[in-house]
Amino acid sequence: MIEVVDPGLFTTIQDIGRPGYAHLGVPPSGAVDRVSFELGNRMVGNPEGAPALEATLIGPKLRFARPTLVALTGACVARVLDVTELDVGRAVGGARIYVCVRGGIDAEPVLGSCSTDLLSGLGPAPLRAGDVLAVGDARAEHEGRFTPKKNGPLRVVLGPRDDWFTAPEQLCSTEWKVTSSSNRIGIRLDGPPLERARTDELRSEGLVTGALQVPPNGRPILLLNDHPTTGGYPVIAVVHSDDLPSAGQLAPGDTVRFDAIR
Amino acid sequence: MRRVGDRGWLIAADDPARLAAALRRAYPELEEVVPGHETVLVVGDVAPGEVRPDEIELPPSAEVVLEVVYDGPDLDEVAGLTGLPVDEVVAIHSGTTYTAAFLGGVGPGFAYLVGIDERLVVPRRDEPRTRVPGGTVAVAGPYSGVYPRETPGGWRLLGRTDAVLFDPSRARPSLIDAGDTVRFVPR
Repeated sequence: MIEVVDPGLFTTIQDIGRPGYAHLGVPPSGAVDRVSFELGNRMVGNPEGAPALEATLIGPKLRFARPTLVALTGACVARVLDVTELDVGRAVGGARIYVCVRGGIDAEPVLGSCSTDLLSGLGPAPLRAGDVLAVGDARAEHEGRFTPKKNGPLRVVLGPRDDWFTAPEQLCSTEWKVTSSSNRIGIRLDGPPLERARTDELRSEGLVTGALQVPPNGRPILLLNDHPTTGGYPVIAVVHSDDLPSAGQLAPGDTVRFDAIR
Repeated sequence: MRRVGDRGWLIAADDPARLAAALRRAYPELEEVVPGHETVLVVGDVAPGEVRPDEIELPPSAEVVLEVVYDGPDLDEVAGLTGLPVDEVVAIHSGTTYTAAFLGGVGPGFAYLVGIDERLVVPRRDEPRTRVPGGTVAVAGPYSGVYPRETPGGWRLLGRTDAVLFDPSRARPSLIDAGDTVRFVPR
């Protein structure tokens, strides 16, 4: 058992989410930095995808019923601790810290996932002070794969609606600033507005995680895992799936660049 | 087809709901097949070839009938915008058979219903409401729709239904699927 002494700023349970239900309007959800999430699970011998805690900017304070093996990864110095009390502290060098306990967090799955979905409210509620979490008994049977996080610009594939802009290349020549109006649904970026080449309305179409959607103010929103599954703003480019974990670590005040690949 | 990142494609379609159903049958390995208003998004590690919905046997679409209490806060406003009396707005809205074009937007189970009578086409509100209760029946632009749960929303609110639009514990979590027909019956 884990007692939540203080939930931190915004802490949720996350696993690999709910892929496959977008046609019903269900966001993919799941850990926004899959690399750090999987690393943490590996560090404590959990199977890939065991539910863990995802903290944003300020981590939780937790009390454990018995000494427990815990891995901290993501926006912190990655480490394994054997603790009965844990103060995760502030994120350093990113936005999200993963707290993986040995055995995983035991929560009720909804549509196959224990992830909290900010957009739809599916899954457990975000952590509150006084919550008690159960620890599962998941154990890894074999080694998983691990791809380290990369630095530098995020790679994007232009389109599907780059032709809706007068100068789509401006996306990649601008250093964008991450604003504080950012969460698991999307990261709002600030910079010189991208000018529309056409003023008519786009009919709603399907969206993916990593899409750079441009609302009428010309400033892109980088969609994260709890994004709506359809929307009517043109998508100028989409972040490469290998670079999504780095996108998930963008914190308010950070700058980000994009690099177009074919 | 337009590229959508490194794993997705956007396919233009005349009948996206039908093409989506056909693609899902033809390529069960696709991770997501998401109909939009005039496109289908596919995501996965395969690029789909051409699929002809006519050549694939598809299950018949369902008809969903929703009982509605027409007492929404925007009835008078819609009457004013359309120049119709309130009872005429209700009669036209409930006298139309809609088709669910696609789902998404505010969240799970929210279907964009097309086929609205042209007399009821009204713009969204300038200021979206911060809270629209679940079960609210609304219209905006070429669509009608029912909010599955309490969310912010900018559509014009006509009434409410007790129907549960989305329940993840059901075998069919969404009451309305793309391609279904939907009717509203005043209660």
